[in-house]
Amino acid sequence: MPMTMIAGHEVSVDDEGFMTRYDEWDETTGAALAAAIGIEMTDEHWDAIRFMRSDYQAQGATPTIRRLSTVGGMDTKRLFTLFPKKPAKKMAYIAGLPKPAGCV
Amino acid sequence: MKNLLILGGGTAGSIAANKLRRRLPTDRWAVTVVDSDDDHRYQPGFLFVPFGTYRPDQVTRSRRRYLSGDVDLVYARIERVVPDEHVVELSDGRRLPYDALIIASGVTPRPDQTPGLLGEEWGRTIHEFYTYDGSVALARALSTWPGGRLVTSVVEMPIKCPVAPLEFAFLADSHFQERGIRDRVELTYVTPLPGAFTKPIAAKAFGSTLSDKGIDVEPDFMLMEVDPERRVLVSYDEREVPYDLLVVVPVNMGADFVAASGLGNELNLVPVDKQTLQSKAHPDVFALGDANDIPTSKAGSVAHFAIDVFVENFVEYATGRPMTHAFDGHANCFIETGHGKAMLIDFNYDTEPLPGRFPVAGLGPMSLLKQTRLNHLGKLAFEWIYWNVLLPGRPLPLPADMSLAGKRTDLLTTARS
Repeated sequence: MPMTMIAGHEVSVDDEGFMTRYDEWDETTGAALAAAIGIEMTDEHWDAIRFMRSDYQAQGATPTIRRLSTVGGMDTKRLFTLFPKKPAKKMAYIAGLPKPAGCV
Repeated sequence: MKNLLILGGGTAGSIAANKLRRRLPTDRWAVTVVDSDDDHRYQPGFLFVPFGTYRPDQVTRSRRRYLSGDVDLVYARIERVVPDEHVVELSDGRRLPYDALIIASGVTPRPDQTPGLLGEEWGRTIHEFYTYDGSVALARALSTWPGGRLVTSVVEMPIKCPVAPLEFAFLADSHFQERGIRDRVELTYVTPLPGAFTKPIAAKAFGSTLSDKGIDVEPDFMLMEVDPERRVLVSYDEREVPYDLLVVVPVNMGADFVAASGLGNELNLVPVDKQTLQSKAHPDVFALGDANDIPTSKAGSVAHFAIDVFVENFVEYATGRPMTHAFDGHANCFIETGHGKAMLIDFNYDTEPLPGRFPVAGLGPMSLLKQTRLNHLGKLAFEWIYWNVLLPGRPLPLPADMSLAGKRTDLLTTARS
């Protein structure tokens, strides 16, 4: 498992740079990950990321866009504005969660 | 006398009922299936109806006829499950008590979930082929279609039979060639996935098949709405894809009664343990087939392999013993590629579809991820197997657990490095 330095901490990541240990993440790490993919975090960004992390903790899986919308009450179009192009993937990256599982 | 209640008499419900009826003592367990009608559809046939290869009347047989005589069949709509009372409420007011419950009510295409699909153009320039009515309407539309832009669009994953939209695009290519109008048809495949499929090696194989056939791919397309007047698909990131004829695979959702019972997730799928298919919330509830949320394909083959394992577990469960068998997520799907050929994939939770050989006892090896005539014959033969071997719950010469024999496992490390 590769390790990398994010915001001064050594953390475990997978081949694509997604963090692999839930507890190694904090909001400083999250902000650094966001900056790395060109996203400046606002309160609205953080609301989405915090929901994602708490839902992951409860469910054991990275929530899908549908879940963020139906359970988290977030507007899908807005998520595409906040995290352009691939919101689910970018949000998981920033939140230090596994890449959303592609359903087969 | 204990009651095993099975909600849904489709592929999973019927196989489970027939297999369990043979394994549970008749003086100890009653087995009852609830479904709203007697029409058992051969769903793999829906793919062939639009092209006239299957007649519509070929895909329907009697549910009752394919259930063992010792299985009761109740025709009713299900209102909700009351897990704390171990009762299922039917819409006619009846209440059926259960000692164990199997939810096998599948998933249904839900065009109502995407703005712009249902309206005056539904059944005219906008179609689907995941239902009997939809595939029949599309057959009518295709037979007289003069050509133009045909777009196949997957709205959201997961869907049942995730290879079916690819097969539809492949078959459309050969269909228009046979009609001599392929040069007047533009084919586009629109998907929310980054490529033709979820798993990298198969995605590459399907991707090159699409490109060989001149089918354009629009990846990462999260459909927000359809504008039926301008005839465009609009994504959340404001891309547009124009069409003349749209064949959509709508959002697939589990049954409404699952949601009304508080048993479902955001898509009304029942969260279960992926090895035992037991509900995470209620130990006397199981969900089989498409109705559950296990991370593998929603496909008849998965229902079949999973039930092979589930039946062993349920026999243990019914006698108060711990369940000792684990389902590995095994899926096995033929992919029609047109011109009388098909591909085959075989995979599970841990191993993605790989090229190589797939040994079948008594028949010899079939080719994985490669277009062959034998695979196509396998797909056609499956219809007979479905009615005569699979549904009655007779043994097939295919083990429930996926086997690595014949597979190019050397590619796994290559793909990941």
